[in-house]
Amino acid sequence: MTVINSHETTGVDGGFQLSEAGARDFFELLKPRVMSLVVFTAVVGLLLAPGQINPVLGLISILCIAVGAGASGALNMWYDADIDAVMSRTAKRPIPTGRIEPREALAFGLTLSVFSVTILGLAVNWFAASLLAFTIFFYAVVYTMWLKRSTPQNIVIGGASGAFPPMLGWACVTGGVSLDSILLFLIIFLWTPAHFWALALFKMRDYGSVGIPMMPNVAGERSTKGQMVVYAVLTAAVAVGPYFTGLASAGYGLFAAVLSAIFIYCSIAVWRMPDGDEKMIAAKKMFAYSVFYLFAIFSALLADHFAGGVAAIAGGML
Amino acid sequence: MIETIKVTDKQKKSRRNRNIALGLVLAGLVLLFYIITLVKIGGLGS
Repeated sequence: MTVINSHETTGVDGGFQLSEAGARDFFELLKPRVMSLVVFTAVVGLLLAPGQINPVLGLISILCIAVGAGASGALNMWYDADIDAVMSRTAKRPIPTGRIEPREALAFGLTLSVFSVTILGLAVNWFAASLLAFTIFFYAVVYTMWLKRSTPQNIVIGGASGAFPPMLGWACVTGGVSLDSILLFLIIFLWTPAHFWALALFKMRDYGSVGIPMMPNVAGERSTKGQMVVYAVLTAAVAVGPYFTGLASAGYGLFAAVLSAIFIYCSIAVWRMPDGDEKMIAAKKMFAYSVFYLFAIFSALLADHFAGGVAAIAGGML
Repeated sequence: MIETIKVTDKQKKSRRNRNIALGLVLAGLVLLFYIITLVKIGGLGS
């Protein structure tokens, strides 16, 4: 049994504080909801990429990308614990509630980062592993430690870290990048500001109370709404791009155009919303639709890819 | 002065929970490396 000197670390009640964290608390550090989007877009990138990968190695690739994304989430929660404790959306996370010590989250994040990158390098290829390491670094250091608290462009630039997964999936198969994988990256990269600023508009007070310079707090609602329309248009332009590069069929192009038109319409509805609107219904609708939009675009790319494969097989049999 | 640590039931339960999770992760890693080795050797063989 362990013994300690009474002058060593003690809790608030004078007793030694042993962790009461369970496996579920550590799992929560991985931001499972974000991780699910990362896994989905990485799977699409992996399946759309030209060439073949052993299915087992494909599964290992996705596992490593998911764990790497989770690791960057844990590092983000470690660094942002002070502001998470104040914001209503994040106050119940494991560190602010005291279920996990910050140093435990840091060690957990660093360990998972090293393991995910190393295993991806050893099992798949070192280009993809390097890209995964860069993604973790970009999210944990460039976005979380630097941009988030210093510039209203934080999620514009930081959004790149969320846009890398399809490029990562692609790199696992091809060992490199291409115009098509850059297009997949750009769809998420340009989608992020409109998606996140919709949330920031109705959570403006939260961000303001902790001094995070989100665009609505710094440039004002009017300017933010205008920029959201611009980013929605840019997202629409790249969302139909896979048709023009030959990655997807005309059917996909048409589907993406319709979905993108609705995305732009939602952003215009936000733009028309009066400044100081308390209910922010249009912003909430925009946020909800943006999640559906990204999911639908990537699902359509996947469906189109398999439909093309089935058609090719059927054509070969005739 | 030396005193022993009194571990509460909740702390014992969560420690056991963490140990089981860590054990499963380690077993998973062993299995993962085994599978990677098989795939790699198989790939080299062909």
